[in-house]
Amino acid sequence: MAPSGASAAAKPQAWGEHLSATAVRRAGFDPALLLVVPAALFMLLLFVYPFVYGLVLSFEPKEGGALANYHHFFTSNRLWPTIGTTLKLAMPATLINVFVALPIAYRMRQPSPWRRTMTALLVVPITLGTVLIAEGMLTYFGPKGWLSQFLQAAHLYDGAIRLTHNYWGVLISLVVSGFPFAFLLILSYITGIDPVLARAASTLGADSRAQFRYIYLPLLAPGLAMCFCLAFVQAFSVFPSAVLLGAPAGPTRVISIAAYEAAFEQYDYSLASAIAMLMGFVQLLIVAFVLSLRGWFYKGPVGGGKG
Amino acid sequence: MNEGIASVATSPVLPVVRTRPANAWTSRAWNALLWGAIVLFLVNVGLMIAAVGVNSFATRWFGGWLPQGWTPSWYADAWKEFQLASILWVTVEVVLSVVLLSLLIGVPAAYTLARREFPGKRALLLLFLLPLMVPPITYGIPLATVLYQTHLGGTLTGVILANLIPAAPFVILVMTPFIEQIDPNLESAARVFGANTLRTFVHVLVPLLGPGILAAALLVLVRTIALFELTFLTAGPDSQTLVVALYYAVFAAGVRAPQSVDAMAMIYMAVTLVWLLIALRFVNPTQLVSRVREHPQH
Amino acid sequence: MKHDFNELRLEGVTRRFAGVGGNAFNALSELNLTVRRGEFIALLGPSGCGKSTALNCIAGLLALSGGTIRLDDMRIDTLPPERRGFGMVFQNYALFPHMSVAKNVGFGLKMRGVPASQIAPRVTQALKLVQLAGQEHKLPGQLSGGQQQRVAIARAIVIEPPLILMDEPLSNLDAKLRLETRSEIRRIHRELGRATIYVTHDQDEALSLADRIVVMKDGVVQQVGTPEEVYAEPANLHVARFMGYRNVIELPVEGERDGRVTLASGDIRLSGVRKLPLSGTHAMVAIRPEEISLAAPGAHANVIAGRVDNVEYGGRDSLLEIVTPNGTRLHVRAPGRFDAGASVFVHVPPERALVYPQEVH
Repeated sequence: MAPSGASAAAKPQAWGEHLSATAVRRAGFDPALLLVVPAALFMLLLFVYPFVYGLVLSFEPKEGGALANYHHFFTSNRLWPTIGTTLKLAMPATLINVFVALPIAYRMRQPSPWRRTMTALLVVPITLGTVLIAEGMLTYFGPKGWLSQFLQAAHLYDGAIRLTHNYWGVLISLVVSGFPFAFLLILSYITGIDPVLARAASTLGADSRAQFRYIYLPLLAPGLAMCFCLAFVQAFSVFPSAVLLGAPAGPTRVISIAAYEAAFEQYDYSLASAIAMLMGFVQLLIVAFVLSLRGWFYKGPVGGGKG
Repeated sequence: MNEGIASVATSPVLPVVRTRPANAWTSRAWNALLWGAIVLFLVNVGLMIAAVGVNSFATRWFGGWLPQGWTPSWYADAWKEFQLASILWVTVEVVLSVVLLSLLIGVPAAYTLARREFPGKRALLLLFLLPLMVPPITYGIPLATVLYQTHLGGTLTGVILANLIPAAPFVILVMTPFIEQIDPNLESAARVFGANTLRTFVHVLVPLLGPGILAAALLVLVRTIALFELTFLTAGPDSQTLVVALYYAVFAAGVRAPQSVDAMAMIYMAVTLVWLLIALRFVNPTQLVSRVREHPQH
Repeated sequence: MKHDFNELRLEGVTRRFAGVGGNAFNALSELNLTVRRGEFIALLGPSGCGKSTALNCIAGLLALSGGTIRLDDMRIDTLPPERRGFGMVFQNYALFPHMSVAKNVGFGLKMRGVPASQIAPRVTQALKLVQLAGQEHKLPGQLSGGQQQRVAIARAIVIEPPLILMDEPLSNLDAKLRLETRSEIRRIHRELGRATIYVTHDQDEALSLADRIVVMKDGVVQQVGTPEEVYAEPANLHVARFMGYRNVIELPVEGERDGRVTLASGDIRLSGVRKLPLSGTHAMVAIRPEEISLAAPGAHANVIAGRVDNVEYGGRDSLLEIVTPNGTRLHVRAPGRFDAGASVFVHVPPERALVYPQEVH
């Protein structure tokens, strides 16, 4: 893993010559570059190639012209509405996750035992994954689950609660798995901001709210945009919970279900690839839009010193 | 005031900083709201997990706070019914292979990315970043298509390859900043004192990289156990991992007793949580999610 | 918050921290200090002596564990930093990286609700004062370290604070820039006449800038005095060591009369000035290298014979390490060049040999 052969290539170095490992040793080929080759090849073979293959395949439909799959998608009322359905789930879920996580993470910007406990606890739903969350919600939110019993016992709500097998079930599951993700990500951005900046602002007369508005928020903006994108991409590709917790035939028939059905129930890989490409395209549109907003904000380092 | 010295000192007297009388009250209410939200979230998630746990030990549970009776027999049932022994073995095979291979591919690449500048480095970084920005379902479907074409679909090899796609870049993105913060002068020093490449590697780099490699390995391990979509799209009946088997169990919930499904969910959870607890001893929880380093500190 | 004041009074200011294994320790114990209007105070001490803790307590960035801070009649130690209105210059500048120089400097005014039309001219004035006119629109990242430090100073003074706090403002600058910025700070203080509390570990900075120096060690004040007092009359051995008394020798006491002490041991016989009451058979004598001079050979009072063991050439003079036949080492600064191994005689002026009681171990 060390630059193999580099020492053989290098002449005995004079005293005082810069010895940093990043220094260019000699004009010519640097053997250390070989170390990235396996990773790059692997990604080309298993990520880029299938993607390109899928793109090409999507233009070679089982029948019809090159655009037949796309035409079919936008005219079929089983396929076209899935984009709207997915956005209707992913957008609110992402907004809730990011904008509830932001004030909580800001609150916990200073290290404390509370923060350690919180972060450790919040990691649990992330690692358990969406499938287990779905099973937990089916049991807990079900018509005879604890939540329903508690609400009735406390006389808060007497009707039957319906939080599974519909839109709300999927939305809640997206919050349960997405909120901790957004929180931990934002927390790591916030703790990356040198607290001395806030202290400097406070000596200049900024109270907690002004510190947030003038110091933290502008410095966080790029991180928030990134967090929004990652959280959105997660929510947009919702699959297991839409099947298990939602109504996959109707209100929560999201785009990934459509793609899965095309590939593994109709065995139409061409159509499936077309849907996957459209899915990627919509995601990229939203991501590109959010990241372009970032251009308005400061993007440099967030330390207080000379960096 | 000292008069007539500098121009700045003679400008008009400043107003006192504005004070907000309601400040204390609103900030307390705001605090309460935030803590309320956290507690509500954690309590409900905790109860959700507890509900699964309780149900997995229930003889029968039709309404009421607790089941009518208790039994551990669902675990034995689930073990037999879902063929958990073979599923667990497949899971171990997949996860260990993914961890080892992703380290083997990722650590050397991270070393070069951290230590060298070369043309095309940004494009390469983008290549490693993309699989983490594109959700698994999007590239999983074309990938599954290709794997089935090459007869790797449905095999253990196919599942391992698919899981490596997010794992290897993840190792690279965790290890690159870790290697960057190791002073390159330490390697240079080892060379100046006469160590060759191999000895530099064994005596200097490995001990320094050790903690980073351990952290990366644990993070990949925890993430791979829970990674559903890619395995789901590429696995055949003999190459299912635990999380996919759990999905099928929940999906076909009508067929089997819910307690049996919950028992399986508990087994899955135990497997994940054990590794999570081990991982949390060595890594910061934020590392599980913050794979994209937007702000290198220097 | 007041615009100017007569006295800032610190009484019994104490700050405790939870230490390792739950042992709380005092980072700052019972600091009593009165800062008068326009005064320049330096808090001086090695790292960990509590000087930054003291500054942060005054700024309001750290809560006190005990004691009070008063600005004239107003108690301020319970106010948050944003309501104390002091200007502060941080060690790493703490400039807001996303704001232009003008926005950084104008931030405090904006927080005070000053209308934008008045902010601009005052920012310009402040930048002129620190000789950064014309740099308004740059981001901090585009400035050199010295320029960044001057922006930080402008940001602190533009709000016309009654008190300016500076936390090792020069420690990140290289040697040349440090000297220049030091003069700059001195000039700005003279022009504005604002009371300033300046934290440093560099005695030269403290001596050259301050009206009064507070020497600290382990959270406890060792001496408060003018630069002349602290330099020439260190209150105890800690202060002496810190102020450059490099020769600290333990010797048996032979006699003592009218504050004059005679110490002798084998080949060394010294008389010096007693600074603190002595106890025990031995005492410590502290002497600066530059106050020892070369002497003609011969056995006179306070003349010590020795051999040059090591020479550090320093241009105008050399720093010699001299070993007496008994093995006592002396650091001596003397003009000219020397060769190792030469035999020399040195003279210690008795009024500059300060005698302190033996240290308790």
